[in-house]
Amino acid sequence: MRPFTYERATSAQDAAAKVAATPGARFIAGGTNLLDLMKLEIETPTHLIDVNGLGMDKIEAIDGGGLRIGALVRNTDLAADARVRKDYGVLTRALVAGASGQLRNKATTAGNLLQRTRCPYFYDVNMPCNKRKPGSGCAAIGGFSRPLGVIGTSDACIATHPSDMAVAMRVLDASVETIRPDGTTRAIPIADFHTLPGQTPHVETALEKGEMIISVAVPKPKGGTHIYRKVRDRASYAFALVSVAAVIGKDGKGAVALGGVAPKPWRVEEADALLPKGSKVVADCLFAGATPREDNAFKLTLAQRTIAAVLAEAKA
Amino acid sequence: MKFDQPAGTNPIDRMKVVGKPTTRIDGPLKVTGHAPYAYEHQELPGKPAYGYVVGSAVAKGTIRSMDTSRAERAPGVVAVVTHRNAGKIAKGNFNTAMLLGGPKIQHYHQAIAVVVAETFEQARSAAALIDVDYARDGGAFDLAAAKVDAPDATGSDAPTAVGDFAGAFAAAPVQLDQMYTTPDQSHAMMEPHATIAAWEGDKLTVWSANQMVAWGAGDLARTLQIPPENVRLIAPYIGGGFGGKLFLRSDVLMASLGAKAAKRPVKVALTRPFMGNNTTHRPATIQRIRLGATKDGKLTAIGHESWSGDLEGGGPESATQQTKLLYAGANRMTALRLAVLDLPEGNAMRAPGEAPGLMALEIAVDELAEKLGMDPVKLRVINDTQVDPEKPERPFSQRNLVRCLEEGAERFGWARRKAPGQVQDGRWLIGMGVAAAFRNNLNMKSGARVRLSPSGQVTVETDMTDIGTGTYTIMAQTAAEMMGVPLAKVTVKLGDSSFPVSAGSGGQWGANSSTAGLYAACVKLREAIVSKLGLGPGEAVFENGQVHVGNRVADIAAAAKGGEIVVEDSIEFGDLGKKFQQSTFGAHFVEVAVDRYTGETRVRRMLAVCAAGRILNPTAARSQVIGAMTMGVGGALMEELAVDKRFGFFVNHDLAGYEVPVHADIPHQEVVFLDEADDKVSPMKAKGVGELGLCGVGAAVANAIYNATGVRVRDYPITLDKHLDKLGEVV
Repeated sequence: MRPFTYERATSAQDAAAKVAATPGARFIAGGTNLLDLMKLEIETPTHLIDVNGLGMDKIEAIDGGGLRIGALVRNTDLAADARVRKDYGVLTRALVAGASGQLRNKATTAGNLLQRTRCPYFYDVNMPCNKRKPGSGCAAIGGFSRPLGVIGTSDACIATHPSDMAVAMRVLDASVETIRPDGTTRAIPIADFHTLPGQTPHVETALEKGEMIISVAVPKPKGGTHIYRKVRDRASYAFALVSVAAVIGKDGKGAVALGGVAPKPWRVEEADALLPKGSKVVADCLFAGATPREDNAFKLTLAQRTIAAVLAEAKA
Repeated sequence: MKFDQPAGTNPIDRMKVVGKPTTRIDGPLKVTGHAPYAYEHQELPGKPAYGYVVGSAVAKGTIRSMDTSRAERAPGVVAVVTHRNAGKIAKGNFNTAMLLGGPKIQHYHQAIAVVVAETFEQARSAAALIDVDYARDGGAFDLAAAKVDAPDATGSDAPTAVGDFAGAFAAAPVQLDQMYTTPDQSHAMMEPHATIAAWEGDKLTVWSANQMVAWGAGDLARTLQIPPENVRLIAPYIGGGFGGKLFLRSDVLMASLGAKAAKRPVKVALTRPFMGNNTTHRPATIQRIRLGATKDGKLTAIGHESWSGDLEGGGPESATQQTKLLYAGANRMTALRLAVLDLPEGNAMRAPGEAPGLMALEIAVDELAEKLGMDPVKLRVINDTQVDPEKPERPFSQRNLVRCLEEGAERFGWARRKAPGQVQDGRWLIGMGVAAAFRNNLNMKSGARVRLSPSGQVTVETDMTDIGTGTYTIMAQTAAEMMGVPLAKVTVKLGDSSFPVSAGSGGQWGANSSTAGLYAACVKLREAIVSKLGLGPGEAVFENGQVHVGNRVADIAAAAKGGEIVVEDSIEFGDLGKKFQQSTFGAHFVEVAVDRYTGETRVRRMLAVCAAGRILNPTAARSQVIGAMTMGVGGALMEELAVDKRFGFFVNHDLAGYEVPVHADIPHQEVVFLDEADDKVSPMKAKGVGELGLCGVGAAVANAIYNATGVRVRDYPITLDKHLDKLGEVV
């Protein structure tokens, strides 16, 4: 870990302005990912702006339906909220499928969206990694790629986004609400929030310099059956090989998004319309143009079969 | 004491304390945080500094240049030690690679420097400032490729052959010929390798996490080229080892070098991401098994070959070991072949040899049973042997494998098992599997000192270790039984090289050997007490703090009235292990559920029935076996060090990437011990259980998965991708 300075922000705009104005500055909230990465010198901020004291920890009803989730609402509290459990079950299920109780107590809504990949080559500073060190190459391509991405990747990076919560947010059509250093705000659809790697895998979101998430809004409830099915190599406390978030109505129509397969929560809106036709056509649509590697090609089969399991569960 | 005749009746046979379920006497210290582990000792000769070890960024090559100047100037840094200023370093007897690399690099994350600073954070930060320029060499990192021209292993690992294997196999009416693989595995114990080192003049004291105190102290002296009497190693509490702490590792050397340079005590703990490649691991195997049988299931030909790799000068994973002994059969062969690989050093991990060997062999037996249309329990029963099949003149000292299998089948409800793919529970495919457990019993010379104080307190001193196994408690039980005193009257002091040399903890030899050594010392103490009290001659009975000889009786404390009585002895094992094959046995039964959509496996029930001689403490023994069963589930379903064959290292080198079972993976586990006492193994009549509990578990899980799905997987771990596309279509 490199030495760094630290200060507490006094307001959201203050935090945004300070990060924009201070070279090497980063926000810190729960720190469950950032501190680990700092210890390994994968992240090397020189200044931390602590936003934990800024409130932003409420879940509020939005006029006309929907919920506004403060950026600092802890994962545990979000998962346990009665409104979330009742109307956004896929979100609660995704949250409790992630990490451990201790981590969820600390991790925040905004931080969850911003966590970095768990690609093992990203985590080993001796290895080339375009995400960690732009231009150094990608050791994962041609290496141990079993946990990595099969679609949306590039020849510069095949990392996946590790979040469960974000996959549920994607299927719920959430939007990410931010404040910029100049005090202006905007709402970024979750579909556009995470970017694909292309030749710039170190760029992971649409956020501008200093721009800070203040809340995440979910629109009015979709109804239907909410399912989050996470498949992994052990029963708990592991990242997804494949996960499926789905909201499915009585008529078999709904929305589906995948985790564990791409650099961002993976949803193709056209695939939603195919849900009544069964898992195969849905998977084919979701994976059009997929570029699996030898040791992660199983994810395509696994995703199709997991979608089938979800559809069967929704019907039951 | 020499143990060269079967044990007669002795005071242990009373089993008033030994053999009783006994909670750990060190438990309160541990749960209140008062048991100091290696990194936590406070009784140091000076304020400690913190060392952070730097590992090689390449798997094989040479350090061309190394710039430590920025690290040396960093805040708080006291010293930086590399091969350039470490002085002459040798290699220990138990190491294959040098613990301090440079300029030559032998494996990824081989230690190349230690940075010592006032705080851990300063040391870690400065460590990242060392610039190293490597000349990278190509290496051999792929076992499957290196296997092709791997030669036979030699010495005790040399090939064996009895009868005419090739002819018998060719002629066998029922044949099985299959390949199996097991991956590299990491010990992944809870406490990482950790040491505090302190020099006082020429004398070096290390507080270290080491299973084998005498080996560790000896190799530390050898590595530093200092007289062995100048080294003291203290290891009273150890947070698990599984074989990863059998030997001197880089934490000890780097702490010692750091302390010398810093002129004060230095603490070093290896970080978790460092452990996969800096320390040892269980080597991967590729195994070929050929079984030939008559139509009624009698084995006529047994062939087992195994390929593994290690650094130059290393050894094979002896995965054919159990195949020499487990089943009858007139024609047999085994062969171990060893390739040179430039991956990190392979070495012992819990049940080395048998654990991966049985993972393969016990699938093969299941497959043969299916070919024969025979119940796999029955197939094992009819091929039981009571003698060493390679040397039939050698009987087993005691062998109750058949009882383990039959009693296990009865308790588990084995009769309810159906043909593969026949049982469903909603989306789950249900199956049952069985495997035999087998692990040799090893005995090692072991010494102990016993003191009797004027207050009647008995104190045991030995360099034996407790790696979480319950050694403190079984030693106290042994002394209490021998001296006829309650447990509270016994104090046990372990893990200090200034105490008599013991067997140490490894190869499941620790419990039997170390208590036998203590038995020997207690026999001496009993004689000293009788003589001091002038009670002899006649048979002495020690009970309730008193000694009775005939109708004469006295408090044992009275013998120490004039001063503490101190005696020391050791147990040395004669050739009973040659005359009799000494092994431990068991049967593992497992029920699994496999999700027919996703292929995920969940273990539902586990049962182990063990025959391992006298069980010294059923509570501690059960803990050993359920822990081993848990490790077996890990090996069956998830544990694998992933090899990068280009860069030559284990990629998933932390506990996020190298997955071991979590609580949610482990169901109800039941353990049954047969009531045994084996008089050929030691006066304690006990054998080990710590490794037996692991042996066969993986295959029992694999066989249960096959029974659930009808899809046979022969490559561990059995992750869902290995059978997913064969589970039938789902839409």
